[in-house]
Amino acid sequence: MLDSSEGYVTEDGRKIGGVVMEMKNITLRFGGVVAIKDISFDIREGEIRAIIGPNGAGKSSMLNVISGFYVPQEGEVWFHGAKRPPMRPYEVAQQGIARTFQNIALFEGMSVLDNVMTGRLSFMKTNIFQQALWKGKAEAEEGENREAVEKIIDFLEIQHIRKTPVSRLPYGLKKRVELARALAAEPKLLLLDEPMAGMNVEEKEDMSRFILDVNDEFGTTIALIEHDMGVVMDLSDRVVVMDYGRKIGDGTPDEVRNNQEVIDAYLGVSHD
Amino acid sequence: MAQTQSGAEGVHSLPALLHRNATQFGDAPAYREKEFGIWQCWSWAETAKEIRAIALGFLELGVEKGDHIAVIGRNRPAHYWSMVAAQMVGAVPVPLYQDSVAEEMAYVLEHCGAKYVVCGDQEQVDKVIEIQENLHQVKHILYTDKRGMRKYDHSQMNALDDIMAEGSAGHARFDAELDKRIAAITYDDTCVMLYTSGTTGKPKGVVLSNRNVIESAKNSAEFDHLTRNEDILSYLPMAWVGDFIFSIGQAYWCGFCVNCPESADTMMTDLREIGPTYFFAPPRVFETQLTNVMIRMEDAGKFKQRMFHHFMAHAKKVGGLLLDGKSVGFADRMKYALGNLMVYGPLKDTLGYGRFRVGYTAGEAIGPEIFDFYRSLGINLKQLYGQTEATVFITVQPDGEVRADTVGVPAPDVELKIDDSGEIHYRSPGVFVEYYNNPDSTASTKDAEGWVATGDAGFIEEGSGHLRIIDRAKDVGKMADGSMFAPKYVENKLKFYPDILEVVLFGNGKDRCVAFINIDLTAVGNWAERNNVAYASYQELAGHPRVLETIRAHVEAVNKSVAADEMLSGCQVHRFVVLHKELDADDGEMTRTRKVRRGFVEEKFSDIIAALYDGSGSVSTTTEVTYEDGRKGSISATLEIVDAPVVPVAQHKVAAE
Repeated sequence: MLDSSEGYVTEDGRKIGGVVMEMKNITLRFGGVVAIKDISFDIREGEIRAIIGPNGAGKSSMLNVISGFYVPQEGEVWFHGAKRPPMRPYEVAQQGIARTFQNIALFEGMSVLDNVMTGRLSFMKTNIFQQALWKGKAEAEEGENREAVEKIIDFLEIQHIRKTPVSRLPYGLKKRVELARALAAEPKLLLLDEPMAGMNVEEKEDMSRFILDVNDEFGTTIALIEHDMGVVMDLSDRVVVMDYGRKIGDGTPDEVRNNQEVIDAYLGVSHD
Repeated sequence: MAQTQSGAEGVHSLPALLHRNATQFGDAPAYREKEFGIWQCWSWAETAKEIRAIALGFLELGVEKGDHIAVIGRNRPAHYWSMVAAQMVGAVPVPLYQDSVAEEMAYVLEHCGAKYVVCGDQEQVDKVIEIQENLHQVKHILYTDKRGMRKYDHSQMNALDDIMAEGSAGHARFDAELDKRIAAITYDDTCVMLYTSGTTGKPKGVVLSNRNVIESAKNSAEFDHLTRNEDILSYLPMAWVGDFIFSIGQAYWCGFCVNCPESADTMMTDLREIGPTYFFAPPRVFETQLTNVMIRMEDAGKFKQRMFHHFMAHAKKVGGLLLDGKSVGFADRMKYALGNLMVYGPLKDTLGYGRFRVGYTAGEAIGPEIFDFYRSLGINLKQLYGQTEATVFITVQPDGEVRADTVGVPAPDVELKIDDSGEIHYRSPGVFVEYYNNPDSTASTKDAEGWVATGDAGFIEEGSGHLRIIDRAKDVGKMADGSMFAPKYVENKLKFYPDILEVVLFGNGKDRCVAFINIDLTAVGNWAERNNVAYASYQELAGHPRVLETIRAHVEAVNKSVAADEMLSGCQVHRFVVLHKELDADDGEMTRTRKVRRGFVEEKFSDIIAALYDGSGSVSTTTEVTYEDGRKGSISATLEIVDAPVVPVAQHKVAAE
């Protein structure tokens, strides 16, 4: 690995550990279109890492590479000190990576509780026949998983909608349910694709608090994409800035804020 | 009145009652709390153990006799236990309103000099820490919910669990001391200190003794034949005297079970799951439930709707009579039984009142239609009139004598008298000891013989002996022409419309009355949805011409009914304005128990009142608002002033003579 240092301590006293994931010279093409061009960065244990950039910069593609949904044509993804071969999404999930989606992807007809329970799938060892009979092992297993899910429901304060079908919920709550489902998988690395998109100020404040609490209480490493600069600068420890598929900045929020290239990308430059 | 010296049945403190319950029926459920989706249960024996552990922890922290321990949090067993544990070590528990902003809390904490604070969660801890910056008196903070607390400086802070564990571990050192302190509690020692919400001025700390609490609990429990098989749901603020009496006083006296909801948002679901047998709610809860039922019935199919309305009409006719034990014809009884099977029973289950045996509403007047709706379903809902200073009970309605317009007869052992000005006075074993550190207020409220002035004007109805409340004595005034001004009377009539949430009437010393009105967002929002009225905010909906038209119709109807009352015909509403914001306790416009602070509102919105009187058609105003986290902002609006038709009151001169 490039950086073998033991990590650092943040201003508010959180200990950030060593590198858990490293992207090495990633290039991703769709036919002739280059979505990501030769990007390298790392994610450290326990940190909140943001990926920002204007529309079409390749942020979501980057997140999809991390989550294993896209396999880059060039470059390597290292996870926990080992090079990751191309994988199916469920194999990635079993490695301890969970995500939420930019456009909510929940089971609309199912209750909040059932939706969050699906996040526990990789913890269910009994087969479909045992579960249909629901005796002995299957019953005990459901009890254990339900307990874990209830703790998350309590943590995200969604007890009052436990039995409500997701389709009846307002947008902000759906986003929270999606976070709950991702947490149910007890991820080591949590990927959030625009967790605050379309929210009002109050919902954003709530969501920010939950993200910080998740990081703090469970020690979960978080990588997030977000448009709201205020939120990104407040939440994250380090920021990667992308523009037209290239990395144009990487560092603490303050460093990034003062980077001329980043300012140009966001505010535009005159071409005369 | 005869005063027992040894205490009722020889028990003279809550810790003693706890001991009695734990030994006599230790296995019976004492507390339930829904956590992680499951109702967790503690028996009386387990409760006694938990409370003792907290008390030992307090001793380990060095709590002295007479110290004040503030408790700030939502209704949870651990918070109730902390209060009883405080009593065990000879300290005084002081529950505070958890939704108070830091500056309100600062006043109360400073006034009672609390050295220890039990907080529900991080939010409350943050407030106490903020207060502590100016007020260096709190020695130790305890908290129940550990979430988010890891990074705090724990030199003067602990989780309640941890001090319980430490206390239990060190029990050999403290057992003797604790037993000594429990044995030393006398019947006249302070049981609890509760701060009144104060519609005027600063809150006052009402000191209640063990005698006050136990005698009141005993009398009221006997009055309603409460047993140890009751289930209650504790969801009202712990700082309010009613919750203390129901969830601690009566619960310990009778030995019944206190159920705590999972969170404030799940209260309605939890109510349905518990199905309390004994229930208390302010009118607002019943109004909200009725509004929801009606909204959902409008969404139901035609057949269900017709069945509902048919049987509800029948219930209205005979339901109340049946509940009062009056005679009802056989055919009507049979039809009611059928209705019970088809409509009333399922409806009661949905509301969570399937096992409802007796319940009270108080604090505000309840609309007669709302009151009758519940009673006609066979729900024994009654009214009482009480005060913190009386340890709740002044008058209560006995079974069989329940009416919407009175507050009942004097509660057991309560003496009542009305003075020349019409103000109600009472004397009872529940009369408070004093206002803490405030002898002047104590003297002006309670006389040497123990009579307490309520500050409410009322009269005792001839024949039935029931008390009827007119208004707060200081709010009753005179109009410019000398006729009586009693705002509450008119406000309540208007508030009985589901569309209207709150009303403030002005007119003292003026020639005519004007009003502020708050719409009810649930009811009006539903109406808007049904009628394709688009709106983006509360403010926009409140100013919508069709909403104003509806409210004007309500005001017109109320004016007609007010005009029919000879004494108060001068109180008709001539002009009104629908406010652009809801009156809110965070802005100081209401008390934490949601009573309007009239003087404050009058001052804050003086520009609008001026416009109401000077005849202008609209008024532009900017109002400061406080957000839940204490930050301030402001909203501006142009409000339309509406003229309401009034009934000419030529005859009221005759009444005034």
